[in-house]
Formats: sequence, structure tokens, C-alpha cells
Amino acid sequence: MQIDMKQPILDKNDQLASELRARFAENKVFVLDLLASPGSGKTSTILATIDALRDEFNIAVIEGDIASNVDAEKIKAQGIPAVQINTGGACHLESAMLKRAVDVLDLARLDLIIVENVGNLVCPTDFDLGENAKVMILSVPEGDDKPLKYPGVFQVAEAVVLNKVDTLPVFNFDREAFESAVRQLNPQAPIFPIAATKGDGVEAWAEWLADRIREIQ
Amino acid sequence: MHELGIMTGVLDAVQTSAKQAGADRVLKVSLSVGEMTEAIEDALRFAFEALSEQREFALCAGAELDITMVCPRSRCLECGAEYDHDRFHMLCPECGSFATELIAGRELQIDSIEVDIPDDEEEGAVAAEPGSADA
Repeated sequence: MQIDMKQPILDKNDQLASELRARFAENKVFVLDLLASPGSGKTSTILATIDALRDEFNIAVIEGDIASNVDAEKIKAQGIPAVQINTGGACHLESAMLKRAVDVLDLARLDLIIVENVGNLVCPTDFDLGENAKVMILSVPEGDDKPLKYPGVFQVAEAVVLNKVDTLPVFNFDREAFESAVRQLNPQAPIFPIAATKGDGVEAWAEWLADRIREIQ
Repeated sequence: MHELGIMTGVLDAVQTSAKQAGADRVLKVSLSVGEMTEAIEDALRFAFEALSEQREFALCAGAELDITMVCPRSRCLECGAEYDHDRFHMLCPECGSFATELIAGRELQIDSIEVDIPDDEEEGAVAAEPGSADA
């Protein structure tokens, strides 16, 4: 006998993500899910973003890593609440993991939560965390061909941050080819060239994010 | 991708539905998987075989796995054209517009399962619709 199921495979994750989304909306907290490779400068970008936005918004950071709390310690050193999630080998965050981290934060006092997903351009793409936006970071040394190799992540991102543009002179990175490949995949996403550790270009990116946060307040 | 995690979710849901229907064995599991998810068919099959040997998914042991891979399809928000495309080129082939919307290709869905129900077959909360894989 055949049983018709028509059931989304990630049903459990998606349901919990919807619950989280409702909680975030109720507390007027904007949640940003940051996707990128290991070493692309996620933490540096977060630190630069905090610097640009901390006067206007109350910010917290949730760090997803397979192990260690080095990233969370860097954030805490800036006086910003940070919660570390160790996925213990899992290659992406799921909404159940995020919920445990969110539960220890005081949502009523926050305007922005930045979630640093596990460094990976593949797996986090399909997991809804209840976030307001997924944004991805690509760094120049990774190469201009990444949109061709990892189309999924470039497609779900609402904005693309191109980090480490200060290294363009020493890498063979064709910015035009990169931008045109991103346009093919995701015509509406703005691309923000930045050098996170130097602060170059951070203003435009931070302003885009600030506008999105203000929209829900 | 995370084929093992996906398949664990599939077998969890299948096992639950099969139990609810009073089945003692799952014969076939049919899935739709969009190409944009980057889930790999071979890896899904491997995960299915490995997991269905586990005791917790005993009902699924030896079941057949049917996977329908779904080609990405988009709609142009300017000229209204609908078109199939590969994983990399979303632009409207008719008018060249950037404003397009993906309407298929991100599926991860259990379409249906086939089960064996012993003797006294109850016509319960089950609907049969053979070959119901969506485009």
C-alpha cells in the first residue's frame, strides 16, 4: 500500500526555525546568519561590523564552530555578549542548536544578533535558522571562481561581502568575472568590497545592514 | 552536502508514518530532490543503505529508494517567461532580466512510501496516488 507523505525532509528544522523567527520578531531583534569558508575573515568582519554599529544598536554574537571558543573570546573582549556553539563535528548550524544559544540571551534588550555559521560554503545553505537574512562572505584569496563552484550559497545570500580586497594586488582575482558570476546566480544581491581588518568599505556594508535592522524596529 | 543528516530525517519520518499506518515493513521510499540543494544522489543512496541497516530503522531494512532529481526552474518577474536552467544561470533567456524567481529546484521532500500492512488492512488516514512525483 502506498502512503502519500508530501513531507519536507527538513520539516523538524523548519518548524523550529519558524518558532524562532516569531520570537525574534516579537522582540524586534534582527538576526543575521553569516556564511563563509574557514579563514575568509568572518570574525574580523563581525568585529568591524560591531565597531560600525554598536553606537546605534545593542548587538550579540552567536559563534558556531566545530570546536574551541577562540572566536567567542575575541568578541567578548570587545564587551559584546557572545555565545559559543560547538557543533562537535557537524558542518552547519541547525535551528535546535541555535535555540539553545538564543535561550541564554536577553532578546528584549537586543537589536541585532550576528550568527557566525560553521565555516563551510555548502551545508549551511539549506538550513533555515529563523534568521532575517543570510549573508555570505568571500575573501579574495579564495579565488574568483567560487560562485561557479558553490552556486547554492551565492543564491541564498541577500548580500555578498567580498573581504580582503586589500590583497587584490597580490592575487590573481578577476573582480569583473566574480561580479558577473554572482549576478548570474543572484541578480538582486549587492556586493560589498571590504578589507575588514583595515576598515575599508565597512561603512557601506554596515549602512545596508543598519537599514535592514531599522526596517523591523 | 549533509546527505547523512538528510537521510536520518527521511528515515525518522518514514518510520513514524509507517508505524502510524500499522505497517510491519517499508517496501519503497520516494523522494524529490532539487538540484539546487546540491545533494548528491549517490551519497543519498549510500546513506540510505547504511542507515536502513540500523536497528532503529528496522522497518526500512531492504526498502527500495526512488529519487526524482528536480531541475531548477525560474519565472521572470518582468516578462513572465518560465524556463528551466542549470544551477548557475538564472537570468531570463527571453528578455535578459535579472529579476527572476526560482520556482523549482530546492525541493527536499518525501513524496510517498509503500508499505506492507499485515492481514486486517485498515483503510485509515492514508491516501494512495500512484507515481506522484512532482515535476
